[in-house]
Amino acid sequence: MSDLLSIEGLGITFGGLKAVHDVSFRVRPGEIVSVIGPNGAGKTTLFNMISGVYRPGAGRVVLEGDDVTGMEPHLLARRGMSRTFQNLQIFPSMTALENAVTGYHLQERGPVLADLLGLPGARARARRAEEGARALLARVGLERAAERAAGNLSYGSLKRLEIARALALEPKVLLLDEPAAGCNAVETEEIDHLIAEVAASGVAILLVEHDMKMVMRISNHIVVLDHGEKIAEGDPATVSRNPAVIAAYLGVEEGQDHAHG
Amino acid sequence: MKMTPKTATLLVLAALIALTPFFFPSGYYYRVGALLFVNGIAVTGMVILTGYAGQISLGHAGFAGIGAYACALAPVHWGLHPALAVILGAAISAILAFLVGRPILRLKGYYLGVATLGLGILVAMVLNNERQLTGGPDGMAVPELGLRALLKGWGLTLSNGEFWYFFCGLVLLVGAWLALNLYASPTGRALRALHGSEVAARTVGIDVARLKLQAFVISAVYASVSGSLLALQNKFVTPDVAGFMHSIEMVTMAVLGGVGSVLGAIFGAGILTLLPQVLTVFAEYEQMVLGLVMVLVMIFLREGLLPSVLRKFRGKDE
Ligand SMILES: Nc1ncnc2c1ncn2[C@@H]1O[C@H](COP(=O)(O)OP(=O)(O)OP(=O)(O)O)[C@@H](O)[C@H]1O
Ligand SMILES: [Mg+2]
Repeated sequence: MSDLLSIEGLGITFGGLKAVHDVSFRVRPGEIVSVIGPNGAGKTTLFNMISGVYRPGAGRVVLEGDDVTGMEPHLLARRGMSRTFQNLQIFPSMTALENAVTGYHLQERGPVLADLLGLPGARARARRAEEGARALLARVGLERAAERAAGNLSYGSLKRLEIARALALEPKVLLLDEPAAGCNAVETEEIDHLIAEVAASGVAILLVEHDMKMVMRISNHIVVLDHGEKIAEGDPATVSRNPAVIAAYLGVEEGQDHAHG
Repeated sequence: MKMTPKTATLLVLAALIALTPFFFPSGYYYRVGALLFVNGIAVTGMVILTGYAGQISLGHAGFAGIGAYACALAPVHWGLHPALAVILGAAISAILAFLVGRPILRLKGYYLGVATLGLGILVAMVLNNERQLTGGPDGMAVPELGLRALLKGWGLTLSNGEFWYFFCGLVLLVGAWLALNLYASPTGRALRALHGSEVAARTVGIDVARLKLQAFVISAVYASVSGSLLALQNKFVTPDVAGFMHSIEMVTMAVLGGVGSVLGAIFGAGILTLLPQVLTVFAEYEQMVLGLVMVLVMIFLREGLLPSVLRKFRGKDE
């Protein structure tokens, strides 16, 4: 099968710091590719470049054969890219349901005049988005929190709310930045199942996660970053035996932070 | 059946507009009421811009000025009916907001505040300086709307005060209805989303620049209509309508009552419209009082008066 997403020599520097340097890999439909590495390795920065939040300093992002490097996030969303955030980016004053509803923006947006006048078409669009959002909340186990202000939900709930919102876009590529952080064992397992299920439906998944058991269990392919560079790549078994990876994680090199989780 | 917040807000508003005249000690209060509604219209626009979309403007009086002077100038110079002049003013305001909005709305926080401030000052300056056209600081007369005479012909006789009270009340109701429709619509949700987190809004496909611009244009139309109605009922207009103080008044009213809710913001407009009537000293110290109100609200009641008070009440029975 051909590549859905291809990352080619991607790099960016922040005031002299090579946060990400010359990183390349590919993701095929239905595949779960994990990006791992110690704190500060550049995983989130890589996600930010792929999703258009940062403009890459070097390299290309190719989505379904088209060069989409540096394209605005909302245009990438139209092409089927969707993501969650490590440091929660929810809409705190909106309810959980409304947060999930925003994920339907592209499918249910319409003329602003129709929305102002409350025309039947506008109300139908809003209703369809709500129905979809309700179903998604149920899928991530948040149906009972639907009417609560998102700002009052627990960290674990918000993580799942972000996944629901991202799924609403019906993405072709889903970027998940530490979806299980702050979740207990049961929640982690649920998220684990959910990710596998989404991948099984043909969505390409790019995952950053510190929970190594989860990563080893569900990944088809693992990319290892350290100090912004790709130090290893391969299937879970190969990567976990790689000496460079073990060194990076045990902090043998230059007293790098210890791995966590 | 449970009433939606939209229906409840509109009912409360309609009831207040219809019933308060029974308590008016004199006909003068119709005029105060009409002024309150005119301010309420502008402030409802601020709710869409600031409350929903989280963008600030310190220059919206500029659009009120355009609406007001459209009603003064278009009938005289082009023989346009004053009612059409209201629409012309709204159209010019919308076009100006559209043209200026795109570059301005890229700015955030203070920068956006300063840029909009400049826009307002610019409009006020033009109105002040184009003496042959606008009469400069002395202002100019505004022709009669003519609707009252029309109603009289149909057998509905209203005093001037009564007419403007009910007419502006009606326009306010329509304005509130539109704003409430928007709130729960896909566009309204997108506006509130970008208010909460721009980066998240962008990644769900919201064209943030476009949506901010839409909110800016809509709120400019509200301000313009408000300015038109003010000019038409006063039958006179001065550049003060576009002045900095008027812009600050709009923001303060909205923030005081609660910029996140239509009813709250109108409530704020009510307080700051009535205050000078009750306390005559207020007129002299208006700028000071507005400043003080702003500071106190920002420190103690970030959500505004009405939401904070409602929360207190709800807090008790929960
Ligand atoms: N906007 C920015 N400006 C300056 N430096 C940045 C910026 N974003 C990230 N960095 C730096 O880039 C490096 C990589 O950070 P990044 O957040 O991508 O790491 P990470 O692998 O996601 O780490 P973690 O596991 O802690 O989430 C860090 O040194 C960080 O300080
Ligand atoms: Mg990170």
